[in-house]
Amino acid sequence: MRSPSWIRAAKWAALVLVLAVALLFPAFESDPATVNIAVFTVMYVGLATAWNIMGGYTGYVSLGHAAFFGFGAYAFGLVLAHLGIQAGYEPFLFVPIAGVLTVVLALVIGWIALRTRAATFVIVTIAMMFMVQLLAENLVGLTGGGSGLSFPVPPWTGDFFDTPFYYAMLVMAVVSLLLSWWIRRSKFGLGLLAIRDDEDKALAVGVPAHAYKLTAFVISAGLVGMIGAVYGYYVTYIYPQYAIDPLVGISLVLMVFLGGLGTLWGPVLGAVILEPAQLWLAYNFGASLLYLVFYAAVFLVVILLLPRGIIPSVGDLLKRIAARRAVGPSDTASTSDAHTVAGVPSP
Amino acid sequence: MTLILEAVVFGVLTGGVYALMASGLTLIFGVMRIINVGHGALVILGAYLSFALLRSAHIDPFVSLIITMPAMFALGVVLQLVFIRPLKEDREALSVLVTYALALGIEGLLGFLFSDNLVQLNAWYETASFAVFGFHIAYVYVFGFGLCIAILAGIFLVLYRTTFGSAVRATMLNRTAAQLVGVNVDRVSAIAFGIGVSTAAAGGVIFGMTNAFNPGSHYDLISRLLTIIVLGGLGSLRGAVIAAVGMLIIEDVTAVVISPVWASFAFFLLLVIVLVVRPQGLYGIRVRERI
Repeated sequence: MRSPSWIRAAKWAALVLVLAVALLFPAFESDPATVNIAVFTVMYVGLATAWNIMGGYTGYVSLGHAAFFGFGAYAFGLVLAHLGIQAGYEPFLFVPIAGVLTVVLALVIGWIALRTRAATFVIVTIAMMFMVQLLAENLVGLTGGGSGLSFPVPPWTGDFFDTPFYYAMLVMAVVSLLLSWWIRRSKFGLGLLAIRDDEDKALAVGVPAHAYKLTAFVISAGLVGMIGAVYGYYVTYIYPQYAIDPLVGISLVLMVFLGGLGTLWGPVLGAVILEPAQLWLAYNFGASLLYLVFYAAVFLVVILLLPRGIIPSVGDLLKRIAARRAVGPSDTASTSDAHTVAGVPSP
Repeated sequence: MTLILEAVVFGVLTGGVYALMASGLTLIFGVMRIINVGHGALVILGAYLSFALLRSAHIDPFVSLIITMPAMFALGVVLQLVFIRPLKEDREALSVLVTYALALGIEGLLGFLFSDNLVQLNAWYETASFAVFGFHIAYVYVFGFGLCIAILAGIFLVLYRTTFGSAVRATMLNRTAAQLVGVNVDRVSAIAFGIGVSTAAAGGVIFGMTNAFNPGSHYDLISRLLTIIVLGGLGSLRGAVIAAVGMLIIEDVTAVVISPVWASFAFFLLLVIVLVVRPQGLYGIRVRERI
């Protein structure tokens, strides 16, 4: 059933508004500290959306996506160094190469990790992340080991420094969203949702589960790798323990859960709420590690009070109100019926 | 050759400690079907508790277990009641996030209280050693190994020789069926979580005497422990013990034969190999489960 036309119009208006604000943001805001927060927020919008393609649609929770983020950054840095690319706008053209290399890694990791399901899969992705981190530390000749890997220093200065990175991150976020939207509507996406609901039944009705899961995993990892590449160029110096940070991997998962697992806009909402909060906590309490306590508290409140995320919970509420209005408040039977058939995906 | 023999002996001795920590983790998984990502942080918490008792009251680390193990048991029960039990739908994924948050909270709190400087638990048996086969073993390894064996034996006795143990094993096999035959699975879960967390306290003491640690040490620890329980087969105590000892032997031998920097890598590589050959782990059963 199509939504009423005014709802669709409102949705389009909201979309245009969000895009306009996102596009014009650096023009209005020139304070580098704020733009810096915006760069990281948009980065997490992209990361969370990319993670959601695997974690949200198929239900396979990967806690190791930080591996692809860091690998993308390292791959990009090495490509730039070996091809002798100068700083400026040119490096951005090579970001897709980092994506392709990450895809190759994700094929290998995914092939092994996806032999397992559920809890084991979660653990295997964690182990894989630490393997990649150890490789970054140990292959000193290639990665520089613990002393880090440097990027060409971007030539921009002052207030403008963050702006090119802001737009690069925005492009990545929009690409991730478009892919996520397209997958959600495609036959492939339907297959992924079927796998999430019941993998054995999905197999029985002919969904090529293994190929689908691997494809989703690889798409998700490739996007994360490209975002990692932009991140590496932005911070200009990467170390194994910061580029492949377990906290990055868990943060983006929390964002998706907060906004709504398996929804298109949930990851965006989660990232926009949590990343500025996280940066604020780290800025104000970072010195004492106490910010971790605050962060953990936010985390626990979100999971215990909103286990399904904001968008599904609010969507349910709106549908219930709409149903009540349609049939009258006394007709409780059909109200609860409308609630159960609501098209909101259950986690 | 002596070096390799030494590596094997140390692998077995430290493997015992990892076996203890991993068995707590796999017990929690078996009973509740949740992955306690906070287990490493709880081990570190146990180490810091003993560290605090040692520093303030000069209580020997091993003796301090008389205080810390019951305290950690109580903490485990409370954590289970407050954070794990409320999770209804999608428990497996949500429990990972909740326990991850607990790990971060514990890390932050310890960092706030003790700073993130490396510390180590000291005792006379940590520095004193005896010679055997031409190399020296510090007493702490032997004492620690003995303690681990004793606690593990205790856990096995409880599981296989008591009514409560039968209830735990029944819950592990089939939660609903256990409930149907009158097992109070909520109570079993809380107590099992408590037991798991108190083994973390014991593991923490030995870990803290044989390694320098800081609040961030839990990442390294939990990645190893998770690898061990996957290798052993999730929920299998026997598998966890064998995998722990096997992995530590391989790690220590790699450190001697190849290089210490590749030792941890060998650890994870073994996981990959086992997964390719046998995705369910050594003693795991192939479960057709939904996430």
